[in-house]
Amino acid sequence: SRKQLVPPSVDLPRFLFRLCFQLSPTSPEPASLPAEDISTNSNGPKQEILLDDDQEDLFAEATEEVSLDSPEREPILSDGPSPAITPVTPTVIITPRVDASMFDRSPDEDEEAEENGDTFDLQIMVSDPEKTSLNLFNRNEFTVKRRFSDFLGLHSKLASKYLHIGYIVPPAPEKSIVGMTKVKVGKEDLSSAEFVEKRRSALERYLMRTVNHPALLKDPDVIQFLESTELPRAVSTQALSGAGILRMVNKAAEAVNKMTIKMNESDAWFEEKQQQFENLDVQLRKLHASVESLVCHRKELSVNTASFAKSAAMLGNSEDHTALSRALSQLAEVEEKIDQLHQEQAYADFYLFSELLGDYVRLITAVKGVFDHRMKTWSKWQDAQVMLQRKREAEAKLQYANKPDKLQQAKEEIKEWEAKVQQGERDFEQISKNIRREVGRFEKQRVKDFKVVIIKYLESLVHTQQQLIKYWEAFLPEAKAIA
Amino acid sequence: MFSSALLLLPPRSSFLQQRKIKGKVAAKIKTERRESPRSLTHRPTRSSAAMTSISQDADREKMRSVSVDLNNDSSLLIDIPDALCERDKVKFTVHTKTTLNSFQKPEFSVPRQHEDFIWLHDTLVETEEYAGLIIPPAPPKPDFEGPREKMHKLGEGESTMTKEEYAKMKQELEAEYLAVFKKTVQVHEIFLQRLSSHPVFSKDRNFQIFLEYDQDLSVRRKNAKEFFGGFFKNMVKSADEVLISGIKDVDEFFEQEKTFLLDYFSKIKDATAKAEKMTRSHKNVADDYIHISATVSNIGAEDNTALKTHLEKFSELLEKLRKVEGRVASDQELKLTELLRYYMRDIQAAKDLLYRRARALADYENSNKALDKARLKSKDIPQAEENQRQCLQKFDKLSESGKQELTSFKGRRVVAFRKNLIEMAELEIKHAKNSTALLQGCIEMLKVN
Repeated sequence: SRKQLVPPSVDLPRFLFRLCFQLSPTSPEPASLPAEDISTNSNGPKQEILLDDDQEDLFAEATEEVSLDSPEREPILSDGPSPAITPVTPTVIITPRVDASMFDRSPDEDEEAEENGDTFDLQIMVSDPEKTSLNLFNRNEFTVKRRFSDFLGLHSKLASKYLHIGYIVPPAPEKSIVGMTKVKVGKEDLSSAEFVEKRRSALERYLMRTVNHPALLKDPDVIQFLESTELPRAVSTQALSGAGILRMVNKAAEAVNKMTIKMNESDAWFEEKQQQFENLDVQLRKLHASVESLVCHRKELSVNTASFAKSAAMLGNSEDHTALSRALSQLAEVEEKIDQLHQEQAYADFYLFSELLGDYVRLITAVKGVFDHRMKTWSKWQDAQVMLQRKREAEAKLQYANKPDKLQQAKEEIKEWEAKVQQGERDFEQISKNIRREVGRFEKQRVKDFKVVIIKYLESLVHTQQQLIKYWEAFLPEAKAIA
Repeated sequence: MFSSALLLLPPRSSFLQQRKIKGKVAAKIKTERRESPRSLTHRPTRSSAAMTSISQDADREKMRSVSVDLNNDSSLLIDIPDALCERDKVKFTVHTKTTLNSFQKPEFSVPRQHEDFIWLHDTLVETEEYAGLIIPPAPPKPDFEGPREKMHKLGEGESTMTKEEYAKMKQELEAEYLAVFKKTVQVHEIFLQRLSSHPVFSKDRNFQIFLEYDQDLSVRRKNAKEFFGGFFKNMVKSADEVLISGIKDVDEFFEQEKTFLLDYFSKIKDATAKAEKMTRSHKNVADDYIHISATVSNIGAEDNTALKTHLEKFSELLEKLRKVEGRVASDQELKLTELLRYYMRDIQAAKDLLYRRARALADYENSNKALDKARLKSKDIPQAEENQRQCLQKFDKLSESGKQELTSFKGRRVVAFRKNLIEMAELEIKHAKNSTALLQGCIEMLKVN
């Protein structure tokens, strides 16, 4: 097979479709969705966080040799390896659609009924279509409707196809987002609008990550998901939930640990990386918990500020000194505006910061999962070797007995196991290679994601502070006017 | 000079040593015109004042120190330069400087406990002569419960955090202790200064004893308790009903005042509670920043990608921001919550004045009835007439001084609100500008990277 080193240049088949998603639950005009004018927030139609902004070589990190014609890849990719194609940037907009049907519990839709905020419009726009020589899509602009369970279904398919060969398949959102996030909701109950928005955002990020993965984008299931008007109904959402998959992965990991595979790690890189991800896992979980606490407290602050504002207004009404009364009313107005600010900041805290962390906690679980699969693969290879050895010994024994049939069978079995050993070794090498490449890609993405989010988050904080200055500067003359 | 205090920690927290607190709270008093209306003083307190940088703080404190309009009569200057916190008891050092002959020495200090202040307040309340005056509200008991609970929780959660995180939380909590401590000193001081700057109260005999008596006041206190008991307290409760359900006052001024004060009291009480909740939430947010900063720093330390610098800078910034947020919270508490709380108590004192006047009115009406009865029976008429005359006199005196007091009270209140609202707005702006500068600086640095 042709092996080619991967230089950071143009000649390779790249993944050209940056699908930028906007996933919105189908709704006419989500008036109840929170603050429309947040520039820093990912609410509303335009998603600002595009995880894959620029046209860079996604393989730049991989210094390993990558085989273009490796047999493993063929069944996965729908099209064969393609010549270099100029990048195309399709955009996907997913808008919310709140049908009346969404909240109806029709008896035959029981499965879906539990998912409020279930149907989403997934709008995909492929720009620069003439540059596309690789026709992954039939049309340039199209919208499809997708259910929450469809996303889960997609993930389960991808997981079953790719996890065991070392691809980091992005985890799907949890079914019960409510349970997942410990956000204590303030004055508005977990209204359907807020719940739908959380889900919408989570799905969008999930889809974005999936599609940014070069191999996954070309997967026929993904393409079908993006394009087909009608998707076959996902079989059983229970087994397919993001949590379900993760449980599977975790169980695999636990099983591996219990097997106490003493792997002769010839490659220090893997040991190092594994430890790294262990540590990162612990820290990210801690950070996530702290940020969730921040969101909670910020929401509380917003509620308490609003409550104080009302109280100050009442006090102002009661005050009989005219100028002071006016000043107190002004104070009440300022505090009301500040309450809004706190609420907006809480959303930024959540959608920019907390959700990113939550995503990465789940992603790292997936990463740990592929490392565990590698161990399993190694173990399988070792087992095959042990088996081969046994068969050889058995054959040797049969040489001296006079049983030509059994001898023949033994020889055949040896051939069989020799092939399995070879396959085991190849599998192990392949998964190791894949993981190296995947981890490289993952780390690069992680760096980018966090860099972008940190800056965006800081900008949201700046916005809040600047608004505060504005409000208090407007109030100051009122206070001074008290005579 | 202001030097920061070390805090004694409550016996419950085993992980902290018991130390004596010596709080030297600055009393930088500027003498001002006597005419200036008495305003609520807020000594600048900085809940995040570092324990060690003394002189720097002192200078900054001076700049920010609010002029004390109360202590403006050089014939009698009072302050609390020192306080000691032992277990739950706070011992205040009351320092007096006077030119008056009624005192034995021109300058002296005595140690006093919170209970002594209460005794003084209660004796003033019980003094008939002062019925027509607004008695300055008694200072509330020093309450360290809030930070103490937090300290306890911190101790329990010690294992879940890193050393640095824990140290920072502890530092923040110690600052909170300090803030409570400073607040209580301030509020006790203001009480005394209200008395010393009042033409009538400053001459009160018990006040003088309080300032001067170099022995323990606890003996006197006990006697006083036996004598007065819960007498006045009970009266207050029933007086409330009298006032509320009472007949409409003939005097327009008092009728209006009654309506206003009753309504205003409930509103300001509510506002105080809500302001307190708001401030507490703010502190919680600031505390969260500590944890986030610490964890981000840990992640950064172990990171060896291009993300390392970002994480380090982010963590540093959060640490700086949380200090600002803490200041926002504590300034808000001082300028807003404390203001509201103080005037809530002051309004209660004004209401008490109305109660006493109502009682005097009732007495007068009773005396009228008694006189009529006496006239009917033709018995003891001169006594009844004398009684009636005295009641009327008392009532008139009360009404006259009451009117004065209530009018000047309004003026005082308006001035205090104005001052504190202006200061609060200015501080909010200052902190927000500071935060913005920090944030923008960090963003610039990160974008360059």
